Amino acid sequence: MSLSRDQMAIRVARELQDGYYVNLGIGIPTLVANHVPEEMEVMLQSENGLLGMGPFPTEDEVDADLINAGKQTVTTATGASIFSSAESFAMIRGGHVDLTVLGAFEVDASGNIASWMIPGKLIKGMGGAMDLVAGADNIVVMMTHADKYGKSKLLSECSLPLTGAGCIKQVLTDLAYLEIYDGKFHLVERAPGVSIEEIVEKTAGALVVPDSVPEMKF
Amino acid sequence: MAGFDKVVNTYEEAMAGLENGMTVIAGGFGICGIPENLIKEIKKMGSKELTIISNNCGCDGLGLGILLEDRQIKKMVSSYVGENKMFEEQLLSGELEVELTPQGTLAEKMRAGGAGIPAFYTATGFGTDIAKGKDVREFDGRKYILEESVTGDFAIVKAWKADRFGNAIYRHTAMNFNPMAATAGKITVMEVEEIVEPGELDPMHIHTSGIYVDRLIQGTFEKRIELRTVREN
Repeated sequence: MSLSRDQMAIRVARELQDGYYVNLGIGIPTLVANHVPEEMEVMLQSENGLLGMGPFPTEDEVDADLINAGKQTVTTATGASIFSSAESFAMIRGGHVDLTVLGAFEVDASGNIASWMIPGKLIKGMGGAMDLVAGADNIVVMMTHADKYGKSKLLSECSLPLTGAGCIKQVLTDLAYLEIYDGKFHLVERAPGVSIEEIVEKTAGALVVPDSVPEMKF
Repeated sequence: MAGFDKVVNTYEEAMAGLENGMTVIAGGFGICGIPENLIKEIKKMGSKELTIISNNCGCDGLGLGILLEDRQIKKMVSSYVGENKMFEEQLLSGELEVELTPQGTLAEKMRAGGAGIPAFYTATGFGTDIAKGKDVREFDGRKYILEESVTGDFAIVKAWKADRFGNAIYRHTAMNFNPMAATAGKITVMEVEEIVEPGELDPMHIHTSGIYVDRLIQGTFEKRIELRTVREN
């Protein structure tokens, strides 16, 4: 069985460490916040200028001046700080954020990522995605292994315009957890009940399969 | 004696001197922390052929989005321009030009522009389409692209409180691009929710120093919310 969105978030949350500053991209990555282990302290960075993002506000707490990078109303967690966009991207570009999780359309075996634009479709803009992938050392891309037509999103070379070049080292899909190095994908873990054959079939880029590929446990 | 007193009493005075074809840098993220009344004044003035440098272009009928209604914007420099139908139409019809810029690079372009730095190297965008035609240099084994800073004929910003000298404090994430925008205008116009007397704000807590502010006006704000997300009590 391929992983549900929540299971994907649970698996990515296992990459968290106590004391981590983390930036979660818009969409599925935000679900990771729901699975931070209780004994762990993690601070969420929102690139519009907030470190220490809290949960959504109650009706009474809603404040138009307090939003996240997805433009949703939020709250501040205890110990939060607020700063300008330049300061926020100094943190990101300067490599101060410990873990960045973001979605993508395609990732390739050289660690290139395409996540912001599909030619022929309306271009909305890259927002902070190019800065995030260029600045972070520890990035997990979270996406489905194949698109809705069954076409692999793990390629030998990205076909869409890039968000960043050679910057992705880890990918968590609904089928597998993979690392990227030496110009190849390396299969690390597979979703429970998903065969290695299926992963091989749905990975278009060069894939190294070790002798033993453990199943993820939930 | 005006001295350091930056206060103007009308929005006409606040935006006086804005001409067709000028470049305006605007603070705000989405419609959070936007100088909404200064934008309305630009609409009222009817200035055309404007280049606007701002992270977003508001929404339909809100924020900078209202300047699209009478086709006042020639070019938009932004990182994200979704959620705006009129923008889409004018972009597709070729009436509007857009220069997409990564968000952190845009913030740094404003910061550098205000700080007298004409250009800077950043790894952001290296190897992507936005690097095309830009100088590439390697530092310590990593490649960076040269990005030029920006300044505006006007900068329009929104702060929470300021004293009459223009020393200002922002509130929560309504800060966003405003502090950098404030530094990058030949004429910087700031609107605030409350103007206080000099000395009332703690000098240690000032976000933007009055040196950057040319005109200051107190306004009332709608503060619309783009995505109202709440949790149960």
